[in-house]
Amino acid sequence: MTAVATTTRPARTGRVRIGNLLRRSAVFLFLILLMAYFASSSDRFFTTGNLINVAQQNASVIIVTVGMTLTLLTGGIDLSVGSVAALAGAISAGLIVRNGLPFELSAPLTLALGFGLGLVNGGLVVFGKLPPFIATLAMMGVARGLTLLYTEGRPISGLGDTYTFWGRGVVPVPLLGDVPAPVLVALAVVLVFAALLSATRFGLHIYAIGGGEETSRLAGVNVNRVKLLVYGLSGMLAALAGILLTARLFSAQPQVAVGLELQAIAAAVLGGVSLFGGVGNVWSAVVGGFLMGVLGNGMNLLRIASYQQQMIQGVVLVFAVTVDMYLKRLEGR
Amino acid sequence: MEQRPLLHMKSIHKSFPGVQALRDVDLIVYPGEIQALVGENGAGKSTLMKVLNGVYTPDSGQIFWQGEPVTIHSPHVAQAHGISMIHQELALIPYLDAAKNIYLGREPAGALPGMINWSKMYQDAEQQLAQLGLNISVRTPVRFFSIAQQQMIEVAKALSMNARLIVMDEPTSSLTDREVETLFEQMRALKARGVAIIFISHRLDEIFEICDRVTVLRDGELVGSHPISELEANDVIRMMVGRDVEQIYERPEKTISSEVVLEVRGLSRGAHIRDVSFALRKGEILGIAGLVGAGRTELAETIFGAHPASSGEILIDGQPVVIRRPSQAIRNGIGFVPEDRKREGLFLRMSVSANIVMVVLRRLLRGLPFIPWGKVGEVSRDFIDRLDIRTPSPEQRVRNLSGGNQQKVVIAKWLTLQPKVLILDEPTRGIDVGAKAEIYQLMHQLAANGVGILMISSDLLEVLGVSDRILVMRDGRIVGEFDPATATQDAIIARATGNDPAEMVSVRAGATS
Repeated sequence: MTAVATTTRPARTGRVRIGNLLRRSAVFLFLILLMAYFASSSDRFFTTGNLINVAQQNASVIIVTVGMTLTLLTGGIDLSVGSVAALAGAISAGLIVRNGLPFELSAPLTLALGFGLGLVNGGLVVFGKLPPFIATLAMMGVARGLTLLYTEGRPISGLGDTYTFWGRGVVPVPLLGDVPAPVLVALAVVLVFAALLSATRFGLHIYAIGGGEETSRLAGVNVNRVKLLVYGLSGMLAALAGILLTARLFSAQPQVAVGLELQAIAAAVLGGVSLFGGVGNVWSAVVGGFLMGVLGNGMNLLRIASYQQQMIQGVVLVFAVTVDMYLKRLEGR
Repeated sequence: MEQRPLLHMKSIHKSFPGVQALRDVDLIVYPGEIQALVGENGAGKSTLMKVLNGVYTPDSGQIFWQGEPVTIHSPHVAQAHGISMIHQELALIPYLDAAKNIYLGREPAGALPGMINWSKMYQDAEQQLAQLGLNISVRTPVRFFSIAQQQMIEVAKALSMNARLIVMDEPTSSLTDREVETLFEQMRALKARGVAIIFISHRLDEIFEICDRVTVLRDGELVGSHPISELEANDVIRMMVGRDVEQIYERPEKTISSEVVLEVRGLSRGAHIRDVSFALRKGEILGIAGLVGAGRTELAETIFGAHPASSGEILIDGQPVVIRRPSQAIRNGIGFVPEDRKREGLFLRMSVSANIVMVVLRRLLRGLPFIPWGKVGEVSRDFIDRLDIRTPSPEQRVRNLSGGNQQKVVIAKWLTLQPKVLILDEPTRGIDVGAKAEIYQLMHQLAANGVGILMISSDLLEVLGVSDRILVMRDGRIVGEFDPATATQDAIIARATGNDPAEMVSVRAGATS
């Protein structure tokens, strides 16, 4: 032996566990603190009506965040979700108002459209070898343009009660009372996708691709199929969010959901989803989404002007991610 | 061994535009054999292994696997036959746990379509790891494990695919001695099970310890393949480079001036470096030995200002200087060739010439805003010549160069500043024997020109063969000084690990006085 012997690395598991625990609950803690603060400074905040309001307003953001989590986990991104949501809202409304289709037909067609647009994104990434940022940035422009073209820049209204139910309607749930329909939809989406990610082969492969695409390919993972599907699902969830938004506004607005993609990215990152892929989960992404929602609502109640609100949201995002990165360093990589 | 060969690669030819990478190469591996595949960088080892793994298709030649001719056109096919590769850069997914890594792409199906039978997967993984004597949690993300443990997880992955032949590409390069021993035990166990191993390494001592046969490639051709018992280290080196080992550590006659160029007094930084003092003279090569984690790299980084000292003094030419940032160190004539040249020493995607002029650029600019390309070309061509950097052109991207030539580029970068002190951290790590000799010659030449050289190295042959004086570090302190003419490897190891009886006595004496 010519090399000098070395000692083995010290065990770090204890510290790792604390780090992980902190990491997992940091957003949660932050959310609770924030809610406590708003509850103490506004007596309207902690009312059932307001909290339901928060959930209702954020249902579509949370749904899109779930899709964003999928694309981020593979190491990609989907910037087109806001535009796809707007286009989906317009088309679903148009199919009813202009073509006389019932909502029961218009909604699934719209979801299929979202899935298709997502597949186009995926195709550009997988077969066109485009960086996801560019492929979905292009789709962002195209889908918004199509929306404006289709609506001629004007809202489409006259949706009917079956449609608007998914925006404002409530469903009586045992124990909880009346729960807004969009909140139930978001909850279902979160449950389904959390299970998909943690229990299925598809989910495992999403994490694997984000952690090492070439390794995954060599291990026999069908990387192309998984990625196509992930972008497809992201598009479909964006379309779903678009329908819920349209229902809540009683009409399809061509300029709806501008910046939705950034809200979703912020929420996912707040929830600890890595922008480089492979790390994160749906639950904490949802908590991240909720955090942003509560922040917005609380600031409204405290009558903070929207200009300042945007600044505060930016600061909170930077602060939370800085804390997150600090904890990650503690973990010792 | 009159068995049927497990693998017979016969008369393999492979050329790339402008290069004949493999010419008429034969490789025969028997079951249960550990075969060393050696050669300098560029000798064709990795090309041959890529042909075996189905990454490259040979231009001509045939591969026989267990006596049958086979065509391997992808790593997948190789795996299906039972050929697994363990690359130097481990191919595990850091965030996934051991079980998920081992069974990725082959997850046991669960009750419902698309589901995974998790309990079976974890049990199987535990079994695989237990067979290798690896007692680790299969539920912990693999990035928390040491490199050695991660390697064993790769081995477990290979075995779970029923590998009959495992290719290990420099598996020991980032392992500690004890870890290397564990790896060797596992390799012997695999061998006993009839698994064959192709072991690629630059370290001859390891090859002689573990291998049954040595196959040597040079310039894309087979030089020879012999049972280890018929060879000595010198024979292998001669086959690899065509010269003797003595020549590698050949020292020129020299006299070191008495002028001190760098002096460090009571330097400390947290728990990393404690009260370090030493003096480096002009033209001296001062070797620093010690365990990984003894504070050697930290010392270098502190002197270079990458992490400022918490206390202590640094003197250049007898004058105290303030060094809290690398730029200050550079201004004071210190150059630093880091351990990890790819990450810290080079801009891999930039050209050779851009890398060479990187630190001297400010001087070349002379306050003008435009890069003087003519001057840049002149300087870089000059250093390419002087250091004999083998590159097709100064515009070649650095990442396409061999390790030895990359290292020369890093050294050239500092030489452009005519440094007074050059710190080299593991200067020949991952560099083949021939290039090593050239780096040593270069160091001696610089010393002869009056440069003070601080060399950190874990390779004791190198420390003893190149240094004029040796300091040993342990726990952030300097715990000994040796003269390479009289010191032995054992003495240095004993001091580095704290098992040196001589030191015990002196420490006790110091405590009572």
